[in-house]
Amino acid sequence: MSASGISQFDLIIAGVGGQGAILASDIIGKAAVKEKLSVRAAETHGMAQRGGSVVNHVRLGCDLGSMIPMGGADVLLALEPSEALRYLEYLSEDGLVIVNTSPVLPVTVTSGLCTYPDIDAIIEKLGQKRAVKAFNATDIAKRAGNIQTMNVVMVGAVSSYLPIPVETLLGCVRTLVPPKTVDINIKAFELGHLSTKDD
Amino acid sequence: MSTREYMLGNVAIARGIVEGGGQVISGYPGTPSSEIIGSLASMKERDFYVEWSVNEKVALEVAAGAAMAGVRSVVTMKHVGLNVAADPLMTLAYTGVEGSMVIIVADDPSCHSSQNEQDTRRYSQFSLIPCLDPCTPQEAKDMVPYAFEISNKFQMPVIFRPTTRISHGKSDVELGHVNKSTQVADFKKDLGRWVMIPKYARIQHPRLLDIQGNINKELENSPWNELEIKEDTNIGIISSGIASVYAKEAVIKQDLIASFLKIGTYPVPEEKIRRIMENSELLIVFEEMEPVVEELVRMIAQQTGSNVRIVGKMQGPVPRCYELNTDICADVLADVLGLERPLVPEEVTEDFDYKACRLELPMRPPVMCPGCSHRPTFHIMKKVYGKDAIFPSDIGCYTLGIQSGTVDTTLCMGGSITVASGMYQAGEKKPICCSIGDSTFFHTGMNGLLNAIYNKADITVTIVDNRTTAMTGHQPNPGMGKLATGEETVEVSLDALCRGMGAEFVEVFDPYDLEQTEEVFKRAKEHRGTSVVITDQLCVIDAKRSGIRRKPFSIDADKCTGCRICVNLGCPAIEFDVDAKKASVNVMCNGCGVCARMCKLDAISEVGI
Repeated sequence: MSASGISQFDLIIAGVGGQGAILASDIIGKAAVKEKLSVRAAETHGMAQRGGSVVNHVRLGCDLGSMIPMGGADVLLALEPSEALRYLEYLSEDGLVIVNTSPVLPVTVTSGLCTYPDIDAIIEKLGQKRAVKAFNATDIAKRAGNIQTMNVVMVGAVSSYLPIPVETLLGCVRTLVPPKTVDINIKAFELGHLSTKDD
Repeated sequence: MSTREYMLGNVAIARGIVEGGGQVISGYPGTPSSEIIGSLASMKERDFYVEWSVNEKVALEVAAGAAMAGVRSVVTMKHVGLNVAADPLMTLAYTGVEGSMVIIVADDPSCHSSQNEQDTRRYSQFSLIPCLDPCTPQEAKDMVPYAFEISNKFQMPVIFRPTTRISHGKSDVELGHVNKSTQVADFKKDLGRWVMIPKYARIQHPRLLDIQGNINKELENSPWNELEIKEDTNIGIISSGIASVYAKEAVIKQDLIASFLKIGTYPVPEEKIRRIMENSELLIVFEEMEPVVEELVRMIAQQTGSNVRIVGKMQGPVPRCYELNTDICADVLADVLGLERPLVPEEVTEDFDYKACRLELPMRPPVMCPGCSHRPTFHIMKKVYGKDAIFPSDIGCYTLGIQSGTVDTTLCMGGSITVASGMYQAGEKKPICCSIGDSTFFHTGMNGLLNAIYNKADITVTIVDNRTTAMTGHQPNPGMGKLATGEETVEVSLDALCRGMGAEFVEVFDPYDLEQTEEVFKRAKEHRGTSVVITDQLCVIDAKRSGIRRKPFSIDADKCTGCRICVNLGCPAIEFDVDAKKASVNVMCNGCGVCARMCKLDAISEVGI
């Protein structure tokens, strides 16, 4: 529900430093520019990166600022389940959460200082107010051949909803991932795409 | 043919430097400015000189020298870097430049990666050096060639000030034509211009004041200031830099009709401010950080005897601190104009309580990487000096040692050794052991060490040398034997450097070797006078990139008694199962082996042995 005249499609990508959120938004941003859409994106760099919580804003068909207002995002793409909950307030009331159900435990949890909420409870909470597509993207990435392609699995998953042809996105996957990993990443994208395509 | 590319703001700024014909580019890394030089240094074909300098003062003077010799130069830094470079900055305004010079200073409202949120526009006012303030990455790129032109026209340096959301924002950017510079370095001697002894400085100060009027006129009519007067309204909005895109979106969101002035230059366009003032009964000023524009708007209102109502951050409700965004601007408009507050999902207002559904989110702070050499260094430092000791620290990845209890102060770059010295000279009796990284030591730590040794400060200085400027993105420094471009150069020895400054106790140790580390720290603590200990272990990220492969470790569950000694190290690769009371190592292990050396039960060993 991006306000008319401001942005065509607003996407929040949430995750943990090191999961490849920047590459995910780069694939989408570059593909949008190929489709002659204007793009504004904001990223987390520097101090905020070292295993911390990261959030990227990607606005397609937007000529203003890169920050998506609260309650404005069409889709929240969460590479990690607790991070979906952390940034839920960016999502519009009729927006969609696409969430990887495989958690990354922060050091506060691994060292026993905090507890990590139950995954099913997170999904249930997300589902109370929003449409949710939840699946284990990390497992899919393993099936594709490399656990590190999880971010590309998630780009595949969101591809069904973006105002960008899938072929253009795939082209950008090819040019942006390391040359030796192109085939595995294409497979990761396609498996991700299948996970949301049918319904 | 139109060429549009998807670019990081800093890469767009680097492109602007190329399009504008930049010839000498220097800088010191600092988030959010670092990728500008990173991008230029990684270009395969270059017809310009680019360097990482050792600090911002040095960088600014290198660029100033180049511009004095007549070429086009650029210096880049983050906002606090300009404090380091403020000395040459203030007098460079007097001398001016012969070629052109752009001083790029990236501000960080909200302190995403900084120790304060100072506003560089104040330096522009202070020094009387004009400043450009972009609102999008496209404008940022386009402003740089303009900055070169203005600088050359007025023979003055120009400040260019992006913020985090410009530098680390991405956007489609329309590329422009690349102008090759034809200027050749040829310094012309002119004592009255380049030698700021009192006699000449007294002449240059009024000259600097004199040219302000012309600079004002030129910037007033530049494309970076846009005024749109709407006839059917008495509301005017004035906004600057990135705040202008937030304000514009908020106006659309609130379905508001208002005259709009977007400001991109300092000195501000006074004539345009007078015009929007004449057409308005209410002026709302949106700008991030300091009320620079608002103060001037109030001054102009007073000068012209205008009764316009001015709303901004001096008396609220625009927040004085942190970044602005569309929501804040829309909320201010609603508040001031008595409009309905923008529609926000109910979660944001009342119902969004994680605890209500027993879903408290775990904190996810940034941490040192698995296998980071700073972790064992801090662990042993604390063990040897005791938890009551004082641990002044500095700015870099090791500031994350705050989680290890070994970061008690962080003031500014190079502020560890000096703060430690001051505490000692004040008569502090507790042991004092400070830490500073290699790049920060070369930056301004060296002067502090020299001072500590000279004035006999009885402290331990730990140089946590991981052979890179890690936090800002692994830029080379003088200890690495490598230039910004990757070319080989001399490798400065920290050991020899410290001895050269007169240090009598200098020891280098491998922080992965816990016994050696402890033994060195113990001797350093006993030493009377300034002792220097230097770690010798590559940053784990660089080690991986350079092909060093270490086998990961694992914990034998049968041997683990759940004592948590390894867990307390705080390594993200070590997990603890509260129910089973067992520790385990996860896939993030980088194989440093520190936990294995700490385990009293011999339960941790390399995988495959």
